[in-house]
Amino acid sequence: MKSDALWLRAHIIKTIRNFFWDQGFLEVETPLLIPANAPEEHINPVTALPWQLQTSPEICMKRLLRRGHQRLFQISHCWRADERGSRHLQEFTMLEWYRAECDYQTLMSDCEGLLQHVAAVCLSNNPVYHHKSRIIDPFRSWRHIAVQEAFLQFGHADVWDCLQKGQYEEVLTGLIEPKLTEFSEPVILMDYPSELAALACLKPGQVKLAERFELYLGGLELANGFSELNDPDEQRRRFEEANRLRLKNGSTPLPLPEPFLRELAGMPASAGIALGVDRLVMLATGADSIDEVVAFTPEEL
Amino acid sequence: MYTVADLKKGLKITLDGDPYLVVAFDFVKPGKGQALYRTKMRNMINGTLLDRTYRSGETFEQASLEERQMEYLYKEGNHYTFMDQQTFEQVVMEEETMGDAKNFLLENCKVDVMLFGEKAIGIALPNFVNLRVTATEQWAKGDTSGNDSKPATVETGYVLRVPPFIEEGELIVIDTRNGEYSTRIKG
Repeated sequence: MKSDALWLRAHIIKTIRNFFWDQGFLEVETPLLIPANAPEEHINPVTALPWQLQTSPEICMKRLLRRGHQRLFQISHCWRADERGSRHLQEFTMLEWYRAECDYQTLMSDCEGLLQHVAAVCLSNNPVYHHKSRIIDPFRSWRHIAVQEAFLQFGHADVWDCLQKGQYEEVLTGLIEPKLTEFSEPVILMDYPSELAALACLKPGQVKLAERFELYLGGLELANGFSELNDPDEQRRRFEEANRLRLKNGSTPLPLPEPFLRELAGMPASAGIALGVDRLVMLATGADSIDEVVAFTPEEL
Repeated sequence: MYTVADLKKGLKITLDGDPYLVVAFDFVKPGKGQALYRTKMRNMINGTLLDRTYRSGETFEQASLEERQMEYLYKEGNHYTFMDQQTFEQVVMEEETMGDAKNFLLENCKVDVMLFGEKAIGIALPNFVNLRVTATEQWAKGDTSGNDSKPATVETGYVLRVPPFIEEGELIVIDTRNGEYSTRIKG
């Protein structure tokens, strides 16, 4: 029943808050209406002229790191135009957290801690997640797979080859994600090609790989985290590259977040991650569709 | 003109010159990747299923479908001819396209013909039709074999199971949705 899902959702959100409060994270609320998001090739902001709704709170969260906050989290709504499907809503709820003086490895441990805590507190009778009739136990040892390894093993293809031929998404969603449904522990895909990590730093000594990872449970993509790039020149170059690709694809180029770029040089080495709260509730309730875990879908409005 | 944002179950589009009905649809978008629109579509003429994946920016032509009441005139070879009684315009449908509908169609009966442009791609029959039995075995009174049905041929040539008491020349009602005997009309 939907009312049960809404109670569980509220309990999960309260539990997430407690988890981060107990570890000394500062809960913040940053503006949802902003002049510029980080431009990405395939993410379209919802415009609220002359500004935009946030596609992620990352720009403001990182500016807070720059001001000296060491640990931050936020649960907020984000908007991405034209994204609607059984796992997507144009307006959805995102949890983001950031840590100074850490890299993506620490975030992976945070994910384990968070998913185990939410299961133990909110699903105490049976502390496991469900997706498409699969059971995923967050207390089992988590599996880590490099992206290139996943492409070679499950997609029988080279990831750079797929990127070049425009087959990356098809191989990932058609061949790899279905394989990930077979694991009964959470899976971390890590070390993405650098062209797929516009805001992440590169792996030391490896120009082709970025310190980015994605968390999957039962084949459902739940979170995306990375070690943050803090080189303003490189960041500007990547934003401009994203806009060049947008123009090439027929999308409008997006304004650059100039204050963010100005302050980036002073941001400490840090890591940040975004986790879809609606999808976490889907996993906790076993819902097949995101529609089952929100109070209203856009079609009902 | 439709865009990928219009894709949903039940949408009718034109693809390679044929009308297709979208029977399944899913939006997928891996993190930082491009959106994919996965569809399963049925060709409305020959029924074949097709899996197609689309990307942002692709567009589709609407399938211009029209349903018109027409009279069935005659069959010649494998072709069935229908006529619009208002405009006297005639359309021809192939036996293959007719499917099971041919079992229930009598000359001069009125049906709704689905048109895709100029082409007839299907007919909608009433749920029940009355057809006369042209051949069936006599029911032997006192037959205790326990058979509660027997084969009968109706005027369209269609053969179905009917209760033992149905006789040649009787008018029966057939449910066109499953092709089964429904009742008889006395008179």
